[in-house]
Amino acid sequence: MNYFETDLTKLHNQLVNKEITSVELTEQTIANIKATEPKVDAFITIAEEEALAQAKAVDEQGIDPNSLFSGIPVAIKDNILTKDILTTAGSKMLHNFKPIFDATVVEKLNNAGAIMVGKANMDEFAMGSTSKNSYFKMTKNAWDQTKVPGGSSGGSAAAVAAGEVLASLGTDTGGSVRQPAGFNGIVGFKPTYGRVSRWGVIAFASSLDQVGHLTRTVRDNAAMLNVLAGADHRDQTTSTREVPDFTANLNGDIKGMKIALPKEYLGEGVSAGVRETILAAAKQFEALGATVEEVSLPHSKYGVAAYYIIGSAEASSNLQRFDGIRYGFRAEDVKNLNDLYIKTRSQGFGDEVKRRIMLGTFSLSAGAYDAFFKKAAQIRTLLIQDFDNVFKDYDLIIGPSAPSVAFGMDFTPEDPAELYMYDVLTIPSNFAGLPAISINAGFSEGLPVGLHIIGKAFDEDTVYRAAYAFEQETQLFKQVPNLGGND
Amino acid sequence: MAETELTREEVRHVAGLAMLEFNDQELDYFKEQLDDIMNLIDILNEVDTTNVPATFTVTEDHNVLRADEGINAQQKAELLARAPESENGLIKVPAIINESAGAK
Repeated sequence: MNYFETDLTKLHNQLVNKEITSVELTEQTIANIKATEPKVDAFITIAEEEALAQAKAVDEQGIDPNSLFSGIPVAIKDNILTKDILTTAGSKMLHNFKPIFDATVVEKLNNAGAIMVGKANMDEFAMGSTSKNSYFKMTKNAWDQTKVPGGSSGGSAAAVAAGEVLASLGTDTGGSVRQPAGFNGIVGFKPTYGRVSRWGVIAFASSLDQVGHLTRTVRDNAAMLNVLAGADHRDQTTSTREVPDFTANLNGDIKGMKIALPKEYLGEGVSAGVRETILAAAKQFEALGATVEEVSLPHSKYGVAAYYIIGSAEASSNLQRFDGIRYGFRAEDVKNLNDLYIKTRSQGFGDEVKRRIMLGTFSLSAGAYDAFFKKAAQIRTLLIQDFDNVFKDYDLIIGPSAPSVAFGMDFTPEDPAELYMYDVLTIPSNFAGLPAISINAGFSEGLPVGLHIIGKAFDEDTVYRAAYAFEQETQLFKQVPNLGGND
Repeated sequence: MAETELTREEVRHVAGLAMLEFNDQELDYFKEQLDDIMNLIDILNEVDTTNVPATFTVTEDHNVLRADEGINAQQKAELLARAPESENGLIKVPAIINESAGAK
């Protein structure tokens, strides 16, 4: 079965009423994944045996009527640790790595009764906007298999958009959940920094990384945050703030909501089709009773440059642990211990990862620190102040989640910086730690356009309310690609 | 043009710090790509950041403490099973100095 015609609540009711068992649902899900994978290549690992054992256990225990995820199959991005199940981060460096524990987010989904059916493809160590930087395979866009799915959580996005699963986990350091969600016409959410634990998630840039999640509908997405959110003593950046019920206020009423549309988010580099679609979405919000006004976030254009310094500097530090000693890939034919480190890292990392390690190492090196790393950290302050100024007067900020629709699989710019610009619209919310969502705003050139909605820190509720009102009004989630038996 | 174009020696030095090695062809490739990225980064010099504080994290809580209690994880066998090579309950690594230079 595919998941185009259903949602979490409908499936939950079917499971509770014993119209279907979790084992049956899991079997049908895996059969559909196997039929769909030759087209989209969303998964690195399909955990068939483990999933069926998990589903059997849930059935035996009985579906929990109070847990929406009880018995529901989900996919997990391959940089999130799953006990005894291959976790590669899309890298040769971890091509054989089976963790000895589950990440907190996986533990929480398990406790809610969710069934982990597979590990989703991604750009190596979450570095990229196309998922083409994976050591293993190239994932394709669910809507057009000649186009990229976006990245780095491209597998997580394509799996949901292709109807393979109802929900998946991703990670978002500079837009890696929201940009692929936008490219695939689904709902991708990055919570406030500190809302969800990163314990057991392979770190990229720790001051920016958040676990995000992807679904077909806004309500399902909010329900998933209910499961994932909360303090975790194993990740000391998690917040002890109270976690509300994120589905409680999804009623379609956004009258009086004040929405800002930064002129920089529709400026140079944004395609005409994307601009028109987002302006039409703004009109839609006005029709729903919100006000939309143009504002300025003057430092937006510096975000990408500052991000590549800060993200790469933190990555160069986090990725020092991959040395060939304790787990993963180890180079052969080495002269001594130092040679082992160097050969393992030189053979185990792909080019994009090496570029960022090099840039990051340089930015932190003696003589470069003040002009690069510190400078970027000061620019980060200015970007945050831009947001603070706008949020004094507005509830939300909207824009596109990418400057264009999904581009061709064969697009390979000679200059890596060209591809980095695809993150320009999503990076600032990582810098400020703000919650943000991408939902489908319509189509341009036959491909989905992502509407990006950014909220105040820990005000996920308002983001979801606006996204839900828009989704219910447009009903765009009912449009699905020709896959999963619809092809 | 980028003011901060790196020399080949600088690229080699940074690679050494990062425990990476490049042959001559790779070195040229990475130098060129890093120069492209440096070009992108030069835009930051437009901004006057005098007296602007740096932001390194946006977390609200600082100095989060936990109880100082030992745990017995009993994971030695599982951990050793992940190591590329192990022997007698220890992770095996090559000699720290060259095999040829080291006395047996």
